[in-house]
Amino acid sequence: MHHSRLVFIFFSFFAGAVSAEEVQVAVAANFAAPMQAIAAAFEKDTGHKARLAFGSSGKFYAQIKNGAPFQVLLSADAATPAQLEQEGMTVPATRFTYAIGALVLWSASEDMVDGRGDVLRQGGYAHLAIANPKLAPYGAAAVEVLQRLGLLDAVRPKLVQGENIAQTWQFVASGNAELGFVARSQVTRGGKLSHGSAWIVPANLHPPIRQDAVVLANGRGNAAAGALMAYLKSERAKAVIRAYGYDI
Amino acid sequence: MLSDTILSDTALSAIWLTVRLATVTTLLLFLIGTPIAWWLARTRCWLKAPVGAMVALPLVLPPTVIGFYLLVVMGPQGPIGQLTQALGLGVLPFTFWGLVVGSVLYSMPFVVQPLQNAFDAIGERPLEAAATLRAGPWDTFFSVVLPLARPGFITAGILGFAHTVGEFGVVLMIGGNIPDKTRVVSVQIYDHVEALEYAQAHWLSAGMLAFSFVVLLLLYLFNPNGRRR
Repeated sequence: MHHSRLVFIFFSFFAGAVSAEEVQVAVAANFAAPMQAIAAAFEKDTGHKARLAFGSSGKFYAQIKNGAPFQVLLSADAATPAQLEQEGMTVPATRFTYAIGALVLWSASEDMVDGRGDVLRQGGYAHLAIANPKLAPYGAAAVEVLQRLGLLDAVRPKLVQGENIAQTWQFVASGNAELGFVARSQVTRGGKLSHGSAWIVPANLHPPIRQDAVVLANGRGNAAAGALMAYLKSERAKAVIRAYGYDI
Repeated sequence: MLSDTILSDTALSAIWLTVRLATVTTLLLFLIGTPIAWWLARTRCWLKAPVGAMVALPLVLPPTVIGFYLLVVMGPQGPIGQLTQALGLGVLPFTFWGLVVGSVLYSMPFVVQPLQNAFDAIGERPLEAAATLRAGPWDTFFSVVLPLARPGFITAGILGFAHTVGEFGVVLMIGGNIPDKTRVVSVQIYDHVEALEYAQAHWLSAGMLAFSFVVLLLLYLFNPNGRRR
């Protein structure tokens, strides 16, 4: 019998056994689109409701430390959940990697980016957008790539920074920056490039962008929080996550 | 990097940039806002209400709306972007002058409305008196209107400057966070908070708080009744 089918039966049982609950989820901005799809399926399959808030991991960290009512955090990095765990703000042994992000060099115009990213070296662009490397793992990865390619100093005058990867995408999508390093998930629909042109940055050019999830102390005993974590590990959810351009 | 000094170089450059932006914006707003305020104060044209409403829009619009539309309109595909490119200026987002354009729009009501109130309060009589003395319109404006409206100009200047210093959402949307060009103090504070560098955030935030209080204090000292005379 198929694994996802088992999970589905498990959840159907689960949903019948306990009354439907609600879980407040803090979701990294780059994971917004897949999580909306997953949350809709989660609600249909389990009867629980997942309320999603999108933002940056740094802001979520500050808010959680100051009593924000989130029960689950889907972070853009591995560091933030680990730190919250260390500070006793999570339910122990709930942390796991739900997605591994991939970085792409992307342009909104069709013929800008070649399949090997040579455009970075050749020039012909005024602005290269990255996410703020201090705040966003995708930004830190982009800087790492530029460094390994030996291009960081050359492109530094052209760098513009989005506060998060969503804003970085907007800079490129609006054409204000001809090029930008964004998350593959942002430009992938149904496993294919949605529009424009892109170079999928080889994973060996930067440390893996591990995105971890954790149940927050607030979510202790919340059935929907536990169910959501299990659901994220199901093949059904993983298929969605992969279709949006993540590895897992 | 934060050195031993209280304010790092990046903080100082953000402060200097903010002061430059607010100064340029305020000067431009005097140039643009004075004729608009004068026209709004004197006209009986039906366009008075729509124009007044347009000027006041930034008071109620979220800065993200202004920033988002500016990004689109000034971008390479937008009408203003097409114009600036045709003029050989490139596109405005991610530049100091892009921020100036955004700030002028964003702070417009804070300059125009005090000026309009001041012009309104002058009334017809001094102008009629000047006319009977054969003063031309420019002469009247500079030797009668300007001195009478001086408190209005002070209020407008202080509010325009301070409001630009306090600008955040618009800059965030069109700035691109470039040191010395678009990374103003409010964005710098935001970055510090996001990066959990609370000590640096505190220094800059406390500075902003003190600055804003002093500015408003000056305003109330100059204009104890909130209105001229």
